[in-house]
Amino acid sequence: MATKPKTSTKASVSKKEEESKVRFNTLVVNDDKYRTFLTEKYKNRKKWEKPDLKKILSQISGTVIKVYVEEGQKVKEGDLMMVLEAMKMKNKIYFPIDGTVKKIHVSENEKIPREHLMIELK
Amino acid sequence: MSLKRKILELQKKREKVLQGGGEKAIEKQVAMGKMTARERIITLLDENSFHEYDMFVEHEARDFGMATKVLHGDGVIIGTGTIYGAPICIYAQDFTVAGGSLGLMHARKITKIMDHAMKLRVPLIGINDSGGARIQEGVNSLAGYGEIFYRNTIASGVIPQISVILGPCAGGAVYSPALTDFVFVVDKISKMFITGPEVIKTVLGEEISMEDLGGARVHSEITGNAHFYAESEIECFDQVKKLITYIPWNNSKKAYSFEAKEPKIDQYKIDEIIPGNPKDPYDVRDVVRAVTDDSDFFEIQELWAANIVIGFGRMNGQTVGFVCNQPLVLAGVLDIDSSDKAARFIRYCDAFNIPIITLVDLPGYLPGADQEHAGVIRHGAKILYAYSEASVPKITVILRKAYGGGYIAMNSRHLNADFVFALPGAEIAVMGPEGAANIIFRKEIMSAEDPEKMRKQKVKEYKEKFANPYVAAAKGYVDSVIEPEETRKLLLHAIEVSKNKVDTKPDKKHGIPPF
Repeated sequence: MATKPKTSTKASVSKKEEESKVRFNTLVVNDDKYRTFLTEKYKNRKKWEKPDLKKILSQISGTVIKVYVEEGQKVKEGDLMMVLEAMKMKNKIYFPIDGTVKKIHVSENEKIPREHLMIELK
Repeated sequence: MSLKRKILELQKKREKVLQGGGEKAIEKQVAMGKMTARERIITLLDENSFHEYDMFVEHEARDFGMATKVLHGDGVIIGTGTIYGAPICIYAQDFTVAGGSLGLMHARKITKIMDHAMKLRVPLIGINDSGGARIQEGVNSLAGYGEIFYRNTIASGVIPQISVILGPCAGGAVYSPALTDFVFVVDKISKMFITGPEVIKTVLGEEISMEDLGGARVHSEITGNAHFYAESEIECFDQVKKLITYIPWNNSKKAYSFEAKEPKIDQYKIDEIIPGNPKDPYDVRDVVRAVTDDSDFFEIQELWAANIVIGFGRMNGQTVGFVCNQPLVLAGVLDIDSSDKAARFIRYCDAFNIPIITLVDLPGYLPGADQEHAGVIRHGAKILYAYSEASVPKITVILRKAYGGGYIAMNSRHLNADFVFALPGAEIAVMGPEGAANIIFRKEIMSAEDPEKMRKQKVKEYKEKFANPYVAAAKGYVDSVIEPEETRKLLLHAIEVSKNKVDTKPDKKHGIPPF
């Protein structure tokens, strides 16, 4: 964080002697390829992935208090899955779709971060 | 008691207050690499120009053992002074007194100097260095913040408001700087956040240091909350002073007029700066320097959203605001951050009678699901809104490419620009040649014996037909195609003839900008 960004544009790149040393990246906009610097923010952007409803992720970080299902168990949308304590609240988490529990990735009393894979359905 | 003794008594009282939070607290402040609140004011303002008020204000808190506590000046210094002769109202929170915490009387002193600034119609500078709300004073402390925010908002666009963050500024307190025009931060000293590292750790289990969460670098590079970044307090004060020379005292005045100077044309030649190939980068700030007085350019938010460049320069001695696409970074595209950055600056210039020069060279908007999902539509709309609404002189120079929605957004004729000039290398089109040819000649390319050869030929055809400024000039969308060397002359002329510009808009309470 404390380092100067690579995209720092303090040096005037138009000067020819410097241009030979600078290595530009490529950015494509409407099929045209532009030589330019990319920002750290752009490089670190989150690539979009199609959400997989069968992989149930935590929406908030917290502590798993109790898991109400077992692997291999058939579940219906709306069935109670677990209690996750977060922000000093005991949140009941329900299954968003019907399915069979393929794998449980968390255990009781485990602290989990946000967007952590909790349960997989098949 | 004779008058002499009374004077002595006053002097003693003053001396006591001048000690702030006492030797120990001052030692701590110095150990943190910080100046004291009084030192800061004295360093920033013209010599011997500062006069302090409300020195003897005392807090009113009675609970939690506060009754017996003496807090000199209640942790904040207020007063008036000058910077390069310009009148200034200023307040500085004194971290040595109860951590600069904000209680009722502390807030009253701040709102008093804010009210002064509004009555006198002079810039307001706030130096923030405070642990936050004084918890012992309860809701009175919250009331204080609210009254400051209200005044910040009402004063917005009337007087310049400058926030200098020289210490912590956390929780609700951050919203005063956020409502002001310019925020200055200093490496390792400034810290701004809504919820601190400890709360984040307890609630979310994420460990992050204060510096990584809300340090000067973070706000200058990632969040865009800060406008000026400095390595030291002294450098920061120099930046504040420089800014003061570019802006007027209030919205009914013009900025200072300086002696006109020619740019350093042997160093900055537009035709040498801009490469012929529209896909090659260059530093657009060199083009700014090729047209401004003395090749001077005072950049704002240099490290954040560097794909657009904003800042002040002077033309014929008068302050001008520049908004320029930067081909050096992300090819100069518009995206969420660069739209926010430009839109706010355009509104600043418009509020304070500063003409805007727009230098255009962009391939369009940045493609990506992350941009779309984060709301590039509503953020991108801000720049259109700001340009359309601005009534100061608005002059555009299309340096090279101006494609698609980006062309429209960058102060085009269609958004009511006053003057639109284009260099001979300008390309005004719906998109770049590759993309356009791939769409228009799709059938021909697909059915050709050698599709790649056909594609190249069609791209060339498209370039010859549309990659120039004359199609737009034929419709009057571009007023004049100019030689690079003529740019400064034409800009000076455009500003000169726009001096008495009248641009009346329909009566309304206010518009509804896409905030």
